[in-house]
Amino acid sequence: MKLLDRAGWIEDPFVRDGADANLLPIEAAREALGRVRPLGIEVPPTADPDSLVGLFNQVDLIAVRFPGHRDGRGFSIGRALRELGFTGRLRASGELIPDHFAFALACGFDEVEIDEARAARQPVEQWLAAAGVIGPTYQSVRDGRRSIFAARRAA
Amino acid sequence: MYRYDEFDEAIVRDRIAQFRAQVARRLDGSLSEEEFVLIRQMNGLYLQLHTYMLRVAIPYGTLNSRQARQLALIAERYDRGYGHLTTRQNIQFNWPRLADVPDILELLADVEMHCIQTSGNCIRNVTADHLAGVAADEIEDPRPTAELIRQWSTLHPEFSFLPRKFKIAVSGAVHDRTVLAIHDVGVQIVFDEERGGIGYRISVGGGMGRTPMLGKVIRDFLPKEELLSYLEAILRAYNLAGRRDNKHKARIKILVHEIGLEAFRERVERIFARLDRTSIDVDAAERARIAAYFAPPPFADLPAESAALEEARRRDPALDAFVRTNLIRHRQPGYAALTVSTKPIGGVPGDVTAEQLRVLADLAEAYSFDELRIAHSQNVVLPHVRLDDVPAVWARLVEAGLATANAGLVTDIIACPGMDYCKLATARSIPIAQAISERFADPARAAEIGPIGIKISGCINACGHHHVGNIGILGLERQGIENYQITIGGDATELAALGERLGPGVDAEAVPDVIERIVAIYLAERAPGETFADTVRRIGIEPFRPALAAPKEAVREAA
Repeated sequence: MKLLDRAGWIEDPFVRDGADANLLPIEAAREALGRVRPLGIEVPPTADPDSLVGLFNQVDLIAVRFPGHRDGRGFSIGRALRELGFTGRLRASGELIPDHFAFALACGFDEVEIDEARAARQPVEQWLAAAGVIGPTYQSVRDGRRSIFAARRAA
Repeated sequence: MYRYDEFDEAIVRDRIAQFRAQVARRLDGSLSEEEFVLIRQMNGLYLQLHTYMLRVAIPYGTLNSRQARQLALIAERYDRGYGHLTTRQNIQFNWPRLADVPDILELLADVEMHCIQTSGNCIRNVTADHLAGVAADEIEDPRPTAELIRQWSTLHPEFSFLPRKFKIAVSGAVHDRTVLAIHDVGVQIVFDEERGGIGYRISVGGGMGRTPMLGKVIRDFLPKEELLSYLEAILRAYNLAGRRDNKHKARIKILVHEIGLEAFRERVERIFARLDRTSIDVDAAERARIAAYFAPPPFADLPAESAALEEARRRDPALDAFVRTNLIRHRQPGYAALTVSTKPIGGVPGDVTAEQLRVLADLAEAYSFDELRIAHSQNVVLPHVRLDDVPAVWARLVEAGLATANAGLVTDIIACPGMDYCKLATARSIPIAQAISERFADPARAAEIGPIGIKISGCINACGHHHVGNIGILGLERQGIENYQITIGGDATELAALGERLGPGVDAEAVPDVIERIVAIYLAERAPGETFADTVRRIGIEPFRPALAAPKEAVREAA
């Protein structure tokens, strides 16, 4: 798997397999709570964001699964997690394409995790270019941009 | 009408740069065909039966002359000289080449137009009453609300990959001319003094397709300032829980139906209660900024009646017929809105040529404060014409083949493109519309029949709105032969109703005969002053069932 954020490829400090695994499916993570740090949990696209609030102080990363390039549930989950107060690392993991990147960042994700084959077909330059291609945004977003409505208000 | 500011302009220009890069990445193999489909659909580009089709958004159906001329140019340069108006107030071009699409988008951006979200599983181009600012029954102009929704929904990061498409319509009047009830969300402007004046009644879960449903009211009064956050709550509840296992069950109507309106409302209200509304909703200043663009044009003070028009009508029966059917009273004395029918006898409903678009642009500029409207009936409206000018406008329309006096009548048929263009179609729609139109070509007969809405879809997806047609026609395929199911009792007004099937389907050739027999039964049964819809509402569909079978004489002759 390859990991990138808005600056390019990055090393993944989280490990899924082996004795030192610290990125765990939500069920397996429950017993590691308080014992393992940093700790990441992986949640499916069916996750109820409300049910995760109790874990916010005990996990450092939440990875949301995107099972297909047409499946946008993860965007709502990510945004809801931020609204509910999660301040740790937020990862979109799975079948994303570069054209999803800007939306993921806008919804509060920090990073995207894709498989090696996709990383070879869609190299990091394409992700970074896609992330910045649309300048303004009408929506209130979490990627540092001010919304058009806010900009008009300030003008 | 609304004018882009620097931000609106930048979004549309950036979107074109994005699309150019996306096409390049498809061509170099970075994007798979399946991934590219997702992307091109969000830019209104479909792969049809023969070629690509590009659907251009006409937000809430409003066009100025400059835009109409640009559409004419695109039709000539990149298409076969015509465009097709759709039931969602859009225009589509049927013959563009993929390589030309970015250039077409540039031409559109030059006149503040785009193709953003005219397709794909996202919030589609928002529609509104084509008589906004015209109709006497208007509570508030729906266009500022529709424009606000257009901006808020454009490239929404959370709602661009929904389970299925999502359609929103806005009505600001007592009488519904937008078919609110068949939209995923219907926004109806209402006035309630006790609850703070003007607000919105929000309905949810309407839709056509193979499981037609009428929208249900989820909030009977929403304060104006909470609109966007409430829409976000609805969209989030849908995005999280809408079905993704079956395309045919993925619309919000199925979710609302399966869990029930009350359970869905609870989810929406729970999300709504926790949203950071101040970061989502716009303030009164922004609403006022948008509304200012839709201020009434500088109407002249005129007498309510025009002696010149009345005199011209007496001289010319054809003008008189046009005025009777295609002139809509304006709330401003001395003015009228004119329906320009795109349904000449035997024509293709919704098709307009480049030349016709230019004539319409000229007329809008000279006689209608530079405004045109596209109605969901696939017709064009000149919204603000002086009664004194009607004869001159009409004369130009006659020359351009645009003066068919049939607005709302039996030959004003809504039809989807059907098998002639569409990949999804199971049967032809256009030739059926043409055959019915020719059968009822006599204007005196059409006038005698009165208002009646025939709507034709070439497949179960129901783009021709057959479910809400007073007479609905659905083309299916049965063992390689086109077969048409006829429904009666649908209604596309504020009395929205879904039609009921008359019985087994009939062959294409039989459709005009069946329609004729249905009309004959109506004429025999109607009480004074009743329209077709009134009569069906009163007597039900049972008396119409015999219309399906050929009369005995005909059977004997055939034998």
